[in-house]
Amino acid sequence: MLQVSLYRYNPESDDAPHMEEFSVDTGGKDLMVLDVLELIKADYDGSVTYRRSCREGVCGSDGLNINGKNGLACITPLSETVKGGKLVIRPLPGLPVIRDLVVDMSLFYAQYEKVQPYLQNASPAPAIERLQSPEERAQLDGLYECILCACCSTSCPSFWWNPDRFIGPAGLLQAYRFLADSRDTATEGRLAKLDDPFSVFRCHGIQNCVNVCPKGLNPTKAIGHIRTMLLNRAT
Amino acid sequence: MSVMRTISFDGVIVGGGGAGMRAALQLAQSGYKTAVISKVFPTRSHTVSAQGGITCAIASDDPQDDWRWHMYDTVKGSDYIGDQEAIEYMCSVGPEAIFELEHMGLPFSRTEEGRIYQRPFGGQSKNYGEGGQAARTCAAADRTGHALLHTLYQNNIKNETVFFNEWFAVDLVKNQDGAVVGVVAICIETGETVYVKSKATVFATGGAGRIYASTTNAHINTGDGMGMALRAGVPAQDMEMWQFHPTGIYGAGTLVTEGCRGEGGYLVNKDGERFMERYAPNAKDLAGRDVVARSMVLEILEGRGCGPNGDHVKLKLDHLGEDVLESRLPGICELSRTFAHVDPVKEPIPVVPTCHYMMGGIPTNVHGQALTVDAAGNDSVIPGLYACGEVACVSVHGANRLGGNSLLDLVVFGRASGLFIEKALRDGIELREAGQTDLEAASARLNALNEREQGEPVAPMRQELQEIMQNHFGVFRTGEFMREGIAKLATLRGRVENVVLADRSSAFNTSRIECLELQNLFETAEATAIVAEARDESRGAHAREDFTERDDENWLCHSLYHGDTKQVSKRSVNFTPRTVDTFQPKARTY
Repeated sequence: MLQVSLYRYNPESDDAPHMEEFSVDTGGKDLMVLDVLELIKADYDGSVTYRRSCREGVCGSDGLNINGKNGLACITPLSETVKGGKLVIRPLPGLPVIRDLVVDMSLFYAQYEKVQPYLQNASPAPAIERLQSPEERAQLDGLYECILCACCSTSCPSFWWNPDRFIGPAGLLQAYRFLADSRDTATEGRLAKLDDPFSVFRCHGIQNCVNVCPKGLNPTKAIGHIRTMLLNRAT
Repeated sequence: MSVMRTISFDGVIVGGGGAGMRAALQLAQSGYKTAVISKVFPTRSHTVSAQGGITCAIASDDPQDDWRWHMYDTVKGSDYIGDQEAIEYMCSVGPEAIFELEHMGLPFSRTEEGRIYQRPFGGQSKNYGEGGQAARTCAAADRTGHALLHTLYQNNIKNETVFFNEWFAVDLVKNQDGAVVGVVAICIETGETVYVKSKATVFATGGAGRIYASTTNAHINTGDGMGMALRAGVPAQDMEMWQFHPTGIYGAGTLVTEGCRGEGGYLVNKDGERFMERYAPNAKDLAGRDVVARSMVLEILEGRGCGPNGDHVKLKLDHLGEDVLESRLPGICELSRTFAHVDPVKEPIPVVPTCHYMMGGIPTNVHGQALTVDAAGNDSVIPGLYACGEVACVSVHGANRLGGNSLLDLVVFGRASGLFIEKALRDGIELREAGQTDLEAASARLNALNEREQGEPVAPMRQELQEIMQNHFGVFRTGEFMREGIAKLATLRGRVENVVLADRSSAFNTSRIECLELQNLFETAEATAIVAEARDESRGAHAREDFTERDDENWLCHSLYHGDTKQVSKRSVNFTPRTVDTFQPKARTY
């Protein structure tokens, strides 16, 4: 039996959040953490609440704090996270909890929107695609794959402190994805919007984002590139 | 009953996947008040899982490539019940739609010339089947769906589309003239029920792969649009046609793209034999998906399957080398390591045919307008209702979809729906207001669920449904066994209608949503079952052991299922493209 400790909070009936213990029969299988949640919801307590969709690590719905580390429940096997037979699942830290494991991601999405995460090109579009060399396209690798799961931003102390002013690792990764795109012509405008003490420079290089990213991306490196661009722009 | 809050839009799109967001983008760009209702944040939609690419004759790999060749392949792939006018539209408009996506920023992989990279996919040919294998599938590595979905979301942000994220549409609202005038929807976060009123309601609700126990589909693919349509008296077309993707990861069901075989991978049985050479001597592993899936099942049934139970085969990729795998198929390497515990650089991936795609759906014309048939058997438009993407059956896939055509379908027809609605709004749409009884009818299912005290819980019934479908309506089907399945469904229906909700809370109640989804799954499953039993021939994905031949005399037609009577009727296939000659049915070999 697997001992599972779940963060519970129902705004309609609970004054405060609490942890609830479940003893779950996994049949001895090395399930994914999401499978355990599905088992609990189906067989133990239907009111347990969480988000899930693709169950294969590409939609970014089920970012959770699993045994103290942010990750995607659907691609985290028990064998990787459970030490001493205990699984503790909490919502992503630093965002308001709506219910149980579901957090309000409005602030996270607002920071994403702030970087104007869409291609801007002042010249008229050609009749076919805009040409881009394989080398230019390779600049986007490690950037475009972000799934907006928020594991990174909600593990970042700078984001916890200033979620309204520091863009956070996920948003900045996207900002650099467009700065790095040979087809985008809005570099100056993008940099101007980021050039303040908070948007970028609140990153202190703690690298929690890099450690938790379930897609193996490196927001800190992207932020470093933006810093360089901002500093070059100032000189 | 208390009065529901009403919010009004010119166009409301139900579903925030690729089709919905492409339709929304078109409408939002035209300046009309546009809203998307999505039960998940849009980038969590199942389009995100599409891997290999989007097929289209953009003439990058082959400068001589021709959309007519793509059309020929698609008609042949459909086993001749794809509508040729719709296929012609999709294949000819496709390049424009792809270039638009690129201009929006979609990070396609590139060729040395800087053009969009295209890879070979199954069922593709040059020169109407005479010129060998084509490479026509435009790719962003093996994350094309992710790249496409995020690009569309980003451009909807740019164009200020209104999103109602984590809202669930419960049922259609029809006025006294039978026109669709919006939906009743639940805001999941608060539990509030709202009438979302619209002059044009677009269903882009995606598929329903969760009717099967083993599926590549996301948890959210529960046939919500099919359920709502069938309850509202809208017929369903070609529901017997379900695609089983050859390469779902054994045990997990997660998808491994056909692009693996496009890049040179191939299937082997327990003897290490490349068995597709026997079943499809020319196209081999790149034959149509239905052909490959059946061949795999035959290998397994004849004792040449892999593993201790001999119940799967293997996909060999290691010969392609680490460089190709890491650059062209990085997502597959990741998925394989996570879900099959196999590193494809070193070992083959265990795979098995897995439910993947619903070729059937709400019948529409090329403008996305939902259709029904009148008493005389003629098509008639259902005012106010549109459908595009997987929930629609326009029909470009007929009895078997070609790989890479689903993303093209959703982009082209999402766009076409938006274009048509924009024009219709400009010309003026006058629909009678819904009255209180109309709104009560649309809320009846939800109200009954909220009030019911007795019944069975959702999870065991969902599993029971999925097992019935898996066992009785799989890759190979027989009449007697299907009739047993239909009988089981008949007893399950009353129980599903009376599903009980233990958790009555309002805030983010996912149990309530799961109950409503189960009823949608059931409607989709029952339609599938009844039509599969009725079509007594084998065509495309529908393979009958008791009727092994294609029967063009009786079944070169669409099936139409009517939910209210549970009757099946036939509807003509369109054989009259506008600019090319008809592709006549012939024997389908690869």
